[in-house]
Amino acid sequence: MKKELIELKVNGRGYELAIEPSALLLDVLRQDLGLTGSKRGCDESSCGACTVLVDGVAMLSCALLAASCEGREITTIEGVSEHGSLAAIQKAYGDWGGAQCGYCTPGFVMTVKSLLAENPDPSEDDVRNALSSNLCRCTGYSQMYEAIKAAVAAERQAVQSPE
Amino acid sequence: MSDFSIIGKPTAMVDAAEKTTGGGKYTDDLSVPGMLIGKILHSPYPHARIKSIDTSRAEKLDGVVTVAVGKDAPTPFGILPVGHDEHALALDKVRYVGDNVACAVAVSEAIAEKALELIDVDYELLPAYFDPEESMKAESDLIHDHKLHNIEKDYHHAFGDPDKGFSEADHVAESRFIANEVTHAAMEPHCTLASFELDPHTGNLGRLTVWSSTQVPYYLQHKLSLVLEMPMQQIRVIKPLVGGGFGGKSEVIPIEIIAAIAARKAKAPVKITYTREEVFWAHRGRPRTIIDLKTGIRNDGRITSVKARVVQDGGGYCSYGVVTILYSGALLGALYDIPNIQYDGYRVLTNKPACGAMRGHGTVNVRFAFESQLDELALKIGMDPAEIRQRNLLKPPCITVNGLRVQSYGLPECIEKTVERSQWKQRKGKLPKGRGLGIACSHYVSGAANSIIRSDMPHSTVNIKIDRDGGVVVYTGASDIGQGSDTMTAQIAAEVLGCSLARVRVIAADTDLTPIDIGSYSSRVTFMSGNATLRAAEEVKKRIAAAAGKKMGCGPEELVFREDVVFKQGSAPPSAKKDQIEEVEVTQQGASVSGHVEGQILRGSLQQKRKEEGPKDWMTFEEAVVAAIDFHGALTGTGSYAPPPEARGGKHKGGGVGPSPAYSYSAQVAEVSVDEDTGEVTVHKVWAAHDCGRALNPVSVEGQIIGSVWMGMGQALTEEMVWKDGMLMNGGLLEYRSPSSVESPQIEPIIVESIDPEGPFGAKECSEGSLAATIPAISNAIYDAVGVRLHESPFTPERVLAALRAKRKEKALNLTEGVDPTAPARFREHGGSLCYKAKGPERHTLDPARREYPAATGAD
Repeated sequence: MKKELIELKVNGRGYELAIEPSALLLDVLRQDLGLTGSKRGCDESSCGACTVLVDGVAMLSCALLAASCEGREITTIEGVSEHGSLAAIQKAYGDWGGAQCGYCTPGFVMTVKSLLAENPDPSEDDVRNALSSNLCRCTGYSQMYEAIKAAVAAERQAVQSPE
Repeated sequence: MSDFSIIGKPTAMVDAAEKTTGGGKYTDDLSVPGMLIGKILHSPYPHARIKSIDTSRAEKLDGVVTVAVGKDAPTPFGILPVGHDEHALALDKVRYVGDNVACAVAVSEAIAEKALELIDVDYELLPAYFDPEESMKAESDLIHDHKLHNIEKDYHHAFGDPDKGFSEADHVAESRFIANEVTHAAMEPHCTLASFELDPHTGNLGRLTVWSSTQVPYYLQHKLSLVLEMPMQQIRVIKPLVGGGFGGKSEVIPIEIIAAIAARKAKAPVKITYTREEVFWAHRGRPRTIIDLKTGIRNDGRITSVKARVVQDGGGYCSYGVVTILYSGALLGALYDIPNIQYDGYRVLTNKPACGAMRGHGTVNVRFAFESQLDELALKIGMDPAEIRQRNLLKPPCITVNGLRVQSYGLPECIEKTVERSQWKQRKGKLPKGRGLGIACSHYVSGAANSIIRSDMPHSTVNIKIDRDGGVVVYTGASDIGQGSDTMTAQIAAEVLGCSLARVRVIAADTDLTPIDIGSYSSRVTFMSGNATLRAAEEVKKRIAAAAGKKMGCGPEELVFREDVVFKQGSAPPSAKKDQIEEVEVTQQGASVSGHVEGQILRGSLQQKRKEEGPKDWMTFEEAVVAAIDFHGALTGTGSYAPPPEARGGKHKGGGVGPSPAYSYSAQVAEVSVDEDTGEVTVHKVWAAHDCGRALNPVSVEGQIIGSVWMGMGQALTEEMVWKDGMLMNGGLLEYRSPSSVESPQIEPIIVESIDPEGPFGAKECSEGSLAATIPAISNAIYDAVGVRLHESPFTPERVLAALRAKRKEKALNLTEGVDPTAPARFREHGGSLCYKAKGPERHTLDPARREYPAATGAD
């Protein structure tokens, strides 16, 4: 297949890329842009490990054609850390054991970001439902709920008492 | 009560930031210049002879560099020395649908995939075996010629006098249990990147470097050396971040060797990554198992005798099979006090993907049977199920009737705590209709006392280096697969040396740099590699203490190492030590050292200053290190661990499997509801008490307990590999039904610390011991809820409904006709649809085995 030129905006930067029209966003991120944080965990868009934000909405990048993402703001896990330090959710996942092997973690972080953008103070049921499209084999999800609670509290504190 | 500065405190994993930022590299994230992609051609048949393979059409495809086949590396291998029965690429036969036949190497994944369709394989179909009890009767067309009746291995053990024990019993229960097949389904698919260097002297292919998603880098190095016929020293195996293993990567998987064979033939680096479906076919999970169990008890609840006949459906190759079938019998001991045990185990070959080791290994399915049957017997004598377990406790230290040494034994406390937290006594029997509580116990080894490749050599060795930068580098072969072994290593080193955790850097699992650790399996790493780390740190500490003692005018044994300070026992440690590090001005030659960098040692100038001041009661860690380096140069220490001979078990055939230097213990209560109209089981909560010896990192220990209970719940309720004619019908994460967050219950982990006399700081394992108890805790809770006793797992709605309808004497539904999960007879073969009634080898018209090969073109 002959490649075509597209422009993608990823993590706030613009990239001009020559890709095959059939190329999936996940593969373009991982191979063309070297952003290997988004993972492939399954064959049929059923595990969520590839989750990225497209215009702030959590989407499975293995189910999107890269070409169809032109003009959109794509945020990957690499774009979550703020100014060289860990975002609250990233620190909380580390402190509370939300990540064990870490393979599903980027996908979960993107889903959580999307959840908290919509619903800044979710109940545990809200959280369970929101996380249901990301699979994890290590943690049983429990410590993730603690981590998310802690991140919500940390963000609230930061807003209330900004440095 | 001990007062540690680092051990026992909740600690974020040392690599947490790599995981939460996506910056850490797993094998598929790696690439090297000139790298090619490999794709594997799998067998479409369960059992066939390979008459010929013609790769010429594939090799002509533009972009294809080479195609590797079995002849390129005909040496067989296997994880067990007695089980070298597989070839990386099949040589003369394929033994399961999914077996590895050829590997196409190309410049892109798409081209490599296209090339697979152009490889012409001529198969001669052979009769295939799918049911293990049928396979055991085979006289001809054996799966492996040297394994008569397709029996990989069988064992027959009798400890004590089992028949006499039954005659002394007041009540005997005897049933068949069936546990269906499950697999690890780790989130990261297997991946291997193999790259040969060019030898600068000969210009030929030289050393091989392999990056692989593995739990056992040193076994990989060994098997690569066997199959490629290269010295191990010429092979470097590096383990990057691993996205879970659970046993699925605890042996050398063919993909790992195929990548190296392909790289050798292509004369270029080759990366192969499994698709999720390929991961299911690679399998090496928990075999479906038939357990015929008989238990006898007296009226006072004491178990008198146990007899177990176990048949494991092992699949097409040996894998860990001999060990799996031994674990099924061995760990009947070391949990309760059972005076008489008879065990007959059969590991049978069938034409399906091979089974291997999966969290809890061969102990899990037997534990399901045992804990369920114990509850049945408790009911017969009207005894509370928690109490009957408390009536059969061991009295350690002791050696069980089957030769297992038990020292620390937290089971009594585990049972007490889980009964208390779940309010078992107050609530059992008083819950609303359809809701119930169930209890069960389990245990596991903290590493096998006997290594797979038998020798007297240590199972783990760790090196430590401390140099003038004040950093502590720990070189360990231990493989972190997400369980947190790197963090455990850092914690132990930091605690012993009394330095801050941030000072420690762990370099792990690189066969060029780190001394051997035999691998992350059988939950051995904390106990064994942790002990080796402890010993290495103690050795370095001795040298530091000797030097520091000289400086401070005291004996080394008087010194305390804590929080980056070395101080004399009894003196108050400086609280604001950082403020007391002064600017260094003058050296021996009088030249000034401009500036001072916190925590760093520039030259021996610090001693010069100290000489002027005279000995003090304390030194900073860096000063103490410099003092020691002055005497020795860079400080290095090494520590090793091998299990003591008294822990290695009995001398009976197969007695090498089961013994461990220490066992972990688990007691769990599950609370479930059963919908009597749909058969659906909801687990509301599991209280899981686990004796881990000492929790080195409570966050990690709780995470492991929760994770293993959760995985046990998956096996109990939804996970099942569904087979038809050796074809896997549900090779995808959703079809396999790995639970998502909405299907996962609240799990309350309860840490119990029995402080093992031989574990590092008393620690034992915490990752496998809990899984087995969850399954019978749930089946016992189902009985408490609705009065049906399921003897077949998973307890899917179909099975629960079939049992409920049978109990109500209602007509069986079409779906479940002939299926009685309260008294299962044999494994049920499924079809793509439950209405599919045809027998194999008839195949669907779209079956790839019937497809015509497309003509080779270069076009899309």
